[in-house]
Amino acid sequence: MEWLNIIIQGSLLGGIYALFAIGLSLSFGIMRLVNIAHGDLIVLSAYVALVVVQDTGLDPISSLVIVVPVMFVLGYALQRGLLNFTLTGGLLPPLLVTFGISVIIQNGLLQGFGAYTHRLQQGAIETASVQLPGGVSVGVYPLLVFAVAILAIAALQILFYRTRLGRAFRAASDDADTAELMGVDNRHLFALALGIAMIFTALAGVLFAIRTNFDPAAGPIRLILAFEAVIIGGLGSMWGTLLGGMVLGIAQAVGAALSPTWQILAGHIAFLIILIIRPSGLFPRTRD
Amino acid sequence: MEPVRVERGTAASRVFAILAVPGFAALAALPWWGGPGDMRLVGEMAYYVALAQLWNLLAGYAGLVSVGQQAYVGLGAYALFYMTGALNMNVYLALILAGPFAGLMSIPVSFAVFRLRGAYFAVGSWVVSEVFALSASLIAVLGAGSGLSLTPAIVRQISPDRMGRDTILYLMSLASSVLVVAVVYLLLRSRHGLALTAIRDSEPASASLGVNTFRTKLFIYVATATCTGLVGGLIFLQKLRVSPEAGFSINDWTVVVIFMVVIGGIGTIEGPFIGMLIYIVLRELLADLGTFYLMLMGAIAIAVMLKAPFGIWGWVVQRYDLQLFPVGRRLALTQSDVPPER
Repeated sequence: MEWLNIIIQGSLLGGIYALFAIGLSLSFGIMRLVNIAHGDLIVLSAYVALVVVQDTGLDPISSLVIVVPVMFVLGYALQRGLLNFTLTGGLLPPLLVTFGISVIIQNGLLQGFGAYTHRLQQGAIETASVQLPGGVSVGVYPLLVFAVAILAIAALQILFYRTRLGRAFRAASDDADTAELMGVDNRHLFALALGIAMIFTALAGVLFAIRTNFDPAAGPIRLILAFEAVIIGGLGSMWGTLLGGMVLGIAQAVGAALSPTWQILAGHIAFLIILIIRPSGLFPRTRD
Repeated sequence: MEPVRVERGTAASRVFAILAVPGFAALAALPWWGGPGDMRLVGEMAYYVALAQLWNLLAGYAGLVSVGQQAYVGLGAYALFYMTGALNMNVYLALILAGPFAGLMSIPVSFAVFRLRGAYFAVGSWVVSEVFALSASLIAVLGAGSGLSLTPAIVRQISPDRMGRDTILYLMSLASSVLVVAVVYLLLRSRHGLALTAIRDSEPASASLGVNTFRTKLFIYVATATCTGLVGGLIFLQKLRVSPEAGFSINDWTVVVIFMVVIGGIGTIEGPFIGMLIYIVLRELLADLGTFYLMLMGAIAIAVMLKAPFGIWGWVVQRYDLQLFPVGRRLALTQSDVPPER
């Protein structure tokens, strides 16, 4: 029964990892951009929410009404004003420019907010739990986050396969130059893509900050967790990313059950093992 | 007489080689004309040149953009501290073994990270470094979270007095950077260098011409890990203490190094020197500004990448065709080849 508990708690933990991963996966899928600043943008969203909560008195989840548009605009501007210019010169320019952005965000937050840890307070829901048959007790909040992850991925699937914009995204992902010949404005499209990625990043940032303490240096580990979920799940598969997050969460829960200090390390080791035995992930869709 | 000649040097490189000798001699004599502060600064510059050259070899030539080289700095440091402390080994012997230890560890690591390409390789190498850092913080004989220190007895093995120690450590830093530059330069002038330059310019094309790209990259990965481990051992021999955060610090041993290489000029030997000098000058000038100075560094890196992707030295080469460390081959026509006048 203890194992069942570990697997359920770990799977739910995977929900937040999948949310971390969606933005990373979108920008890679559409623009072949690996955004090293992704984790820092998650943390930046949490700080934006912190400011909104302090200034307006909204609770963190309601603050999304402001945080999401802010991050969308930031994502659009970042892609249009900066990252679009890095996409033609091979591997290094996007990698190093996003690295620079990461350094700027981390130190900017340090400058503005200091090195203190913060947490967003949502109230009673944080500690509420429900009893499942079999004596397993699960938190309401992790369940909620997991449900949000499923809804987010379902919404993206609809966007990608049922709308005109989604068709343009898929076309640009397959062959950006040809898509442009067919009348797609790639500069605008890519900017929209990062904007949409930032919507999910904002969601992930706020939901994570309700559960976990954050500080200006909290970004890199979120990037690594997001990256691990994407690779375990297999590139290009959104549902695979959710399952990848769950595998990662379960590995961490098993590690934490052995000793609390083992949690993160166990996740990394599971990732490396999967990488060696199944390099294209558990549920691969696209190559490259 | 051969109709064409393969030229491997330039006039500028020969002048530079002649000027470099007294310049280097002056640096080697620093302990006799400078203070301990000068030695510390120049010693730091020397090991940063070594790290930057190694990262440049890996990323600029072999196309392996790693953000996990701090793993080998940390492994070298921990190897040195463990062998001198727990195993009672002589400090010089331990330093020599620290490099090969890091190189040995890089082989199993390559099994995992070589599965990933491009930017994913970058993040994958970072995960590996995190694994080493977290493992070090869990292993009791490595001092767990607080790390290891060198005992006074071990420190006295280097040299019994403070002045002698400073001098020896400084000279070893200088020697390590000369060693690394020499290894990189000679490697790039060799057959392997030709293969590496081909991989840098186009991996598929070089593979189609018979370059074994996988084996070449693996060789470079292990060789740079070995040298990085040696430099790591040397750095922490001067710091006397290593902890998981300090030894496996991505900021100190990789971000700063990437900054140097990118600003100076990636894919050249001259670039890392220039980048290191710019970094040190900026740091000395702006360190009082605190976090703002790091933001400025990030902004400079972004601007250079967008406006001059080959860095300062890349711009110099383009404009003046200047090469101080010539690693290429040029064909030159000789007299007999000039068609006679009619």
